[in-house]
Amino acid sequence: MKARNKRIVFVILGLIAVGAAGGLITSALQKYTTYYYTPTKVVNKEAPVDSLFKLGGMVRKGSLLREEGKLEVEFVLTDYKNDVKVRYNGILPDLFKEKQAAVTKGHLGTDGIFVAEEVLAKHDESYMPPEVAESLKKEAKDVKNETGSAADSTTTSNPSTSSTGAAKE
Amino acid sequence: MIPELGHMSLILALSIAIIMGLVPLYGSFRSNANFIALAKPAALGQFTFVAISFGCLVYAFLSDDFSVRYVTSTSNSALPNLFKVSGVWGGHEGSLLLWALVLSCWTLAVALFSRSIPVVMLARVLSVLGLVSVGILLFILLTSNPFDRIPMQRDGRDLNPLLQDFGLAIHPPMLYIGYVGFAVTYAFSVAALIGGKLDAAWARWARPWTNIAWAFLTIGIALGSWWAYYELGWGGWWFWDPVENASFMPWILGTALIHSLVVTEKRGMFKAWTVLLAVGTFSLSLLGTFLVRSGVITSVHSFASDPTRGIFILMLLLIVIGSALILFSIRAPKLASNAKFELLSKETGLLANNVILVVMTLAVLLGTLFPLITDALAIGKISVGPPYFNMVMVPLAVVLAAVMGVGLLLRWKSDKQQRLIKLLWLPLALSIVAAIVLPLIFAPHYTGHTFMGLLISGWIISTAILWIVKQKRSLFAISGASWGALFGHIGLAVAFIGITFVSLYNMEKDISLAPGKSYVLSGYEFKFQGVTNVEGPNYVAHQGLIEVYQNGQKITELKAQKRTYRVQKMPMTEAGINAGFFRDLFVALGEPLDEKGTWSLRVQYKPFLRWIWLGAILMALGAIMATLDKRYRRLNNIKGVS
Repeated sequence: MKARNKRIVFVILGLIAVGAAGGLITSALQKYTTYYYTPTKVVNKEAPVDSLFKLGGMVRKGSLLREEGKLEVEFVLTDYKNDVKVRYNGILPDLFKEKQAAVTKGHLGTDGIFVAEEVLAKHDESYMPPEVAESLKKEAKDVKNETGSAADSTTTSNPSTSSTGAAKE
Repeated sequence: MIPELGHMSLILALSIAIIMGLVPLYGSFRSNANFIALAKPAALGQFTFVAISFGCLVYAFLSDDFSVRYVTSTSNSALPNLFKVSGVWGGHEGSLLLWALVLSCWTLAVALFSRSIPVVMLARVLSVLGLVSVGILLFILLTSNPFDRIPMQRDGRDLNPLLQDFGLAIHPPMLYIGYVGFAVTYAFSVAALIGGKLDAAWARWARPWTNIAWAFLTIGIALGSWWAYYELGWGGWWFWDPVENASFMPWILGTALIHSLVVTEKRGMFKAWTVLLAVGTFSLSLLGTFLVRSGVITSVHSFASDPTRGIFILMLLLIVIGSALILFSIRAPKLASNAKFELLSKETGLLANNVILVVMTLAVLLGTLFPLITDALAIGKISVGPPYFNMVMVPLAVVLAAVMGVGLLLRWKSDKQQRLIKLLWLPLALSIVAAIVLPLIFAPHYTGHTFMGLLISGWIISTAILWIVKQKRSLFAISGASWGALFGHIGLAVAFIGITFVSLYNMEKDISLAPGKSYVLSGYEFKFQGVTNVEGPNYVAHQGLIEVYQNGQKITELKAQKRTYRVQKMPMTEAGINAGFFRDLFVALGEPLDEKGTWSLRVQYKPFLRWIWLGAILMALGAIMATLDKRYRRLNNIKGVS
């Protein structure tokens, strides 16, 4: 009888511990997962306003602006279909460049400008964050499906933003 | 010629590994002494040929053989020799060959230093290690041959500049020695399962190996953290990045394993549990390799990866886990133990330790894999960041610390509440006082988290010391195992203190400074003295000079560089760091902001940062001391003589 009681106590303690840990983990997961959006999704208002998320795309050529002597910087992230302006106050990672992929983390303001808290670095030139690579592929396909030669016309009107141009860089 | 020799040696090593994996195992069932005796020479042979193969690859790097694809992709003739050697494991193919080399070293060590182990058991252990080796060598030869030839190139594409660093030259070997060391524990547990004899003996044999592997893994992780801190240019010491988690998970579960092995050896209990932990820890090591090498995860640390290779590792992982679990289910009835213990006993304490550590491992595993799961189920692309890990791990660490203090002083089988209260009020009172007083001296302001962090650290340290003092022995009579526990526990507490301070009082600011101007951070004045150009062996750099003043006194000069490596044209931040026991000062150079020499700078003040790595060193030392415990040596001698 005593051994049985002991076992019951162990089981109850174990259940409490596992339950508490499970609760902790699920609530943390609910609270702190960050979603990834493409510029197209942001423009289509699918991204939440005023909550933290990640925005990724290519940095549009000629979009990187900075006032003399100031830290604040502005640039445009594009998926070759839609653009989102990003504002950041800090040091950009070493490999941040125009016509290169970048992922930023921050909030979308009501004015449609994305205020980044963090611009994520990458480790080598040829690396493209998988999310960006995939979304670019998808957007390119969508463009083709919708309008046939629309993708080509974008390319001719603004060759600098074509993906081949970026790849050559 | 030499690369072909390396390739041939690798094939020979594979052949020997196949023999080692099958023949002694078969012999152990047929009681064929000749077959069993094959295990040791096979271990030696395998090591020799993997080492020759590895040597050939090193030679190819040192001699700039750019007809080898792998050398071309990760080296360059202008690379300093040290980095040519570390470049050998700077890419996928070479790091796997290093994995194989480390495994063959461990296998040889087991073959040589296990005189006290019955030959049949040893034959099975070596066979299991041989089979693991077959998997890895097949993987290298079929998917990632480092000796593949290409038409001769003029020069190589150079090693990623981030990897051209001493810290990263030694970080992978340390990590791999740790990772792969758990293969030995795995082999012991599988061999014991095969034999069906899961007594205290296998735990006693497996313990020293597990401790050493754990010590190396600890150092490997600390080196990685140190490297990320000064080399990535961000000044962070832990990012909860998937690649970091990949090494942290086997470490947490390995910690649980070390403790549950104690119970299995001393009391013959937790047998099934310990076997599962051994299988789990090695599986997590393989999973780590899979996560890092397959490219399935987005990580700041993942260098050149390839999904097809991931599938091979995944298969290997399934075989490793699956075969062990099938064996386990067959032997499970034999694993029941008759020993009993009361609710209040050391067994319960260690059980609690194990439950908490397993929950921690699962929490990290879930956080790491969750983005993969949601992506696979097309729920959306998400990422799980540091806030999740902090929210889960911090409370768990507090509970763990509380248990650690009590657990060390608990008695086996059963203990009395009154005895414990009488013992524990003093360390509790001391840690409360310390948690109140110390922040008044060292912290700029007081928070509840500071109190909590110092309370648990003080609790761990004071109970560990009390435990040693209560043994009432002279310093020289204290056993290695006791020293090990003392250092292990205090090391963790020291790391906790570092983490508490650096997380709560870290100051960090991105600023723009014109030459001659300064910025004050946490009482330190950072004066920017402009940027000059300097030249290194294979790079050019802008070097910013920053003088640091405290109370008007100049205390140090920091040189922060922005390098451009000639071959890869890759810009690199080399931070200027003034390290100290109580604080680090950190400056990284951003970019030029105008014509007048204004630059963007990141300045940081990081209190008690060094304590984190000091803690890791203490823990590793503890594990090594426990391994040097006399009782293992005595055991060897007795059996060696008879």
